[in-house]
Amino acid sequence: MGANEICSFAGFYKTPPVPFAPISCPAAEPDAESIEEMVEMEPVDRSAPLIRAWRRIWSELKSAPVTRWIWVAVLMTWVTTRFIDPPWMAVYPEDWVLPFKDLLNRLMDWLINDLSFGVFTFKEMTRSVAWLLEWPMTWALGIFATGVDIATGGGQMLHIPHLPWIAVVGVAAILGHAGKGWNLALLAGSAFLYLAVFGQWESAMMTLAAILISVAIGALVGLAIGIVTAGSRRIEAWVLPLLDLMQTVPVFAYLIPILFLFGFGPVSAMIATIIYATPPMVRCTMLGLRATPPEIIESGQMIGCTRRQLLWKVKIPAAMSELMVGLNQVIMLSLNMVIIASMIGAGGLGYDVLAALRRLKIGAGLESGIAIVVMAIALDRLSQAFACKAPVNLRDATFLKRHAHSLLAVAVILGGYALGMIFPVLMNYPETWEVTTGPFWDGMIKFININCYDQLEWIRSGLLLTLLMPFKRFLIGLPWLGVIMALGLVAYRLKGFKLAGLVVALAGFIAVTGFWEKAMITVYLCGIGVMLSTVIGLIIGVWAAKSNSMSRVINIILDTLQTLPSFVYLMPVVMLFRVGDVSALIAIVAYAVVPAIRYTVHGILNVPATVREAAVVSGCTPYQTFWKVELPLALPDIMLGINQTVMLALSMVVITALVGTRDLGQEVYIALTRADNGLGLTAGLGVAFIATITDRLIQAWTESRRSHLGAA
Amino acid sequence: MIAPKTEKLTPGTVKLACRNVWKLFGKHPERFLAAHDNRPTYEQIREAYYIGATRDVSLEIYEGEIFVIMGLSGSGKSTLVRNMTRLIEPTAGEIIFDGMDLLKADEKTLIDIRRKKMGMVFQNFGLLPHRNVLDNVAFPLEVQGMARFAREEEAEQMIELVGLKGREYYFPRELSGGEQQRVGIARSLAVAPEVWFLDEPFSALDPLIRAEMQDEFLRLQKVLHKTIVFITHDFDEAIRLADRIAIMKNGEIVQVGTPETLLLHPADAYVSEFTQKVPRAKVVSAASVMTPLDSASPIPPTVSPVAADTKIDALIGRFINQQEPIPVVDASERIIGEISMQNALRVFIGEEAATHGC
Repeated sequence: MGANEICSFAGFYKTPPVPFAPISCPAAEPDAESIEEMVEMEPVDRSAPLIRAWRRIWSELKSAPVTRWIWVAVLMTWVTTRFIDPPWMAVYPEDWVLPFKDLLNRLMDWLINDLSFGVFTFKEMTRSVAWLLEWPMTWALGIFATGVDIATGGGQMLHIPHLPWIAVVGVAAILGHAGKGWNLALLAGSAFLYLAVFGQWESAMMTLAAILISVAIGALVGLAIGIVTAGSRRIEAWVLPLLDLMQTVPVFAYLIPILFLFGFGPVSAMIATIIYATPPMVRCTMLGLRATPPEIIESGQMIGCTRRQLLWKVKIPAAMSELMVGLNQVIMLSLNMVIIASMIGAGGLGYDVLAALRRLKIGAGLESGIAIVVMAIALDRLSQAFACKAPVNLRDATFLKRHAHSLLAVAVILGGYALGMIFPVLMNYPETWEVTTGPFWDGMIKFININCYDQLEWIRSGLLLTLLMPFKRFLIGLPWLGVIMALGLVAYRLKGFKLAGLVVALAGFIAVTGFWEKAMITVYLCGIGVMLSTVIGLIIGVWAAKSNSMSRVINIILDTLQTLPSFVYLMPVVMLFRVGDVSALIAIVAYAVVPAIRYTVHGILNVPATVREAAVVSGCTPYQTFWKVELPLALPDIMLGINQTVMLALSMVVITALVGTRDLGQEVYIALTRADNGLGLTAGLGVAFIATITDRLIQAWTESRRSHLGAA
Repeated sequence: MIAPKTEKLTPGTVKLACRNVWKLFGKHPERFLAAHDNRPTYEQIREAYYIGATRDVSLEIYEGEIFVIMGLSGSGKSTLVRNMTRLIEPTAGEIIFDGMDLLKADEKTLIDIRRKKMGMVFQNFGLLPHRNVLDNVAFPLEVQGMARFAREEEAEQMIELVGLKGREYYFPRELSGGEQQRVGIARSLAVAPEVWFLDEPFSALDPLIRAEMQDEFLRLQKVLHKTIVFITHDFDEAIRLADRIAIMKNGEIVQVGTPETLLLHPADAYVSEFTQKVPRAKVVSAASVMTPLDSASPIPPTVSPVAADTKIDALIGRFINQQEPIPVVDASERIIGEISMQNALRVFIGEEAATHGC
């Protein structure tokens, strides 16, 4: 056994490490040398026939690691700019821009104005869908925020007031107790109490109602699609790319068409939320159903389950924990959409934030923003608790004990109404009791801006001059054709012609639609954000992986960071660094650093203990163990984390358009204000394609690396 | 290719039979099979990059016997048992269950047969994690639409039978591996199946628990008299439990026979490799190593005789106090031979001369 491990360890050593990220210095050295060799080779080979030289280089390249290909690609790009240099190769000529966005605009016009199914038009259809969705929405709003009117014959209307605040707080606490005991009860209860005390109650309840309905519909739709998709590889081939698009096209891009089709209002906001929040439910359902242990399915078959019984009694219950993870994701993403959704008609906390930001009332905006965060944390912990909850044996308990939580909840609601009738303060939280923190935040910002202005300004301009500007100039200076070719080459090396074709086509789309320069600015912001996130993520991740107490603290911070809606990041940053690229960058890093840390911890903890022991026994110093064993082995995991980081960074880049960046996100945002369908969708697709290219390349690399390391 | 050596020892009705069953993994296996006259060789299959998981398997399983299918991992034993239950659809052949070809049954009939006549136990238990013991055991009855009260009562009985009374409301994760497998056994028995499939039921358990469960299994079979198809990779386990053993290699049956036959007349080197480490005295019976006597000349019974199926290790102790050979009698108390100390001792060193063919 021991000999075996050492062998595999030695075998691992023989494999040439292929670095992708520039951080893995030790492995980068030999490749850098080989590049020098190749560059030096050129003059020597000039005497020999050109074709023979080319063949040699080609055969060398074909077996070369990816890094070498990247270097070659960079070299080629450089050569094209330097020596060939017809202007059309460097900058995409404006005359060549295809009128893609006009085409989209015409298509939308046709959908909205002309398409008809005989009895009804397309627009009538979408509007009736909206009408259908409005029904549960109105009810939820009624229960939580506005009260419900019920017609009771004879033209009489019975008005049932909304849930008393005291009852909602009580039910939240009961849910917490049912999920995970007293601690969670305290957390959930005080979170909702916070909403009341800090004067956010009404808006918060509107948001809660909208979220609950969106989550319910999104989860059901996601479950249904997931079940269908899990059952058929052919459907999967259609659904997966669609999910990718739904998750990578920035939300702003599809707000406009939704607005056109469904009108301004809470329902449109809900539809946008559902589109944004459903994909993880589909993925989790598929994952859960596919991951059911074969023996459990076989045992169901042998018992004589029909197909339907097998699905509902065996597979779905067995996949319950994955489904609950999906539900949690749907809730979190829905909350993430709260502010954006208010742009097309959702009320509630999101609207408050947006309105406050528009009037530059930082304090008020921050207050509403924090309310969203508080609600997000409460809902996240509650749904997580139910996701992790194992069934408990309660058979021998009495009816009362078995249903204690639900009975208590009903009692609290009824009691709340009864008490609310007598003491109105329990029905509506009295304004005189409210506390506002707005002025405090305003004061703090003022204080920092007055007293730390020089330091902040120093950081700001320092970052701009030494890092941001040079990188931006470099990227914009790259010739579009060279970049596309380089991407294609790397893709070809990683996974062959199919991937290369996809990458070239997607990158080509961006050029052809005339968004090349804007896309490069997106890449620049996103790229720097990802680099910084990766460095920070690696350092903190390694630290957390090595120390238990540290990892506990970091986990809490990460959990919180992940529950914050992306908008919330912008506010404090803008206050300190004003609008511009630096603010955007900081917001991007804060938002995108989480997966980089998570996956680093995961990757390093996943390095088999025996391999680590083998390294130590072979006499590695801790430093060597880390650089030569742990890091290379953890690299595939870390790269997956970076992949996630890229995705998050891209989604944040679009939002940072609000603080004045000049990238694709800004185009999308401009389109939103101008209600330009074509512009918004085209620029949005551009962002999605950048995401897709990065995602496919990184995944292809990770796959080949993993199989190289012998992991399945 | 070695022709499987089959024999009939337990006369009785055939409950389940495989006739020329094939299972090939690969693209369009039925075309490949047809192109090779339905009998491709091992090499042909490998050259065409197919995987021959089950190759031309024919066997008969009699009512009430414990039939063990033994093979190393990758020998195709799990696929074969899944062919028999149609969890994996065979490429070709017939599975005769109670005289009817299972492969021709439609989905409804198949579900009905599985509900009423088959039970299966899995290596990793295959319990539903979200249901407690009682609900797991009652699940097959629930699927058939039995009312809650009735099914729980029956499940209760099964739970008592496997010795888990008092654990009804535990969830699988709260039980040890041995206990979980008891639940699996109770569940598979809940519908009173006629054929009981056990796919490496004890392989995931600790050695001590495994021995305990094997005893438990034999005890249950004494009560229940099921027709049993038992899969294992452990030859000792096979010897211990089987009435008959089929040894598999590379998807085909190498030999079928009683433990004693395999030991005394292994079909080839592959089989004898397994039998070498088996404590032979526990398997070989008196009848196999006795010197046969002419029944016309009875010897006076000065020494008390042993039955023909007595294992050698049960009679060897008598030679401590006596030198004379021990007479061997058949079922009707007739002396059919005698066994000398030398012959008995030879069994221990593996040099027995089998005198009585089986």
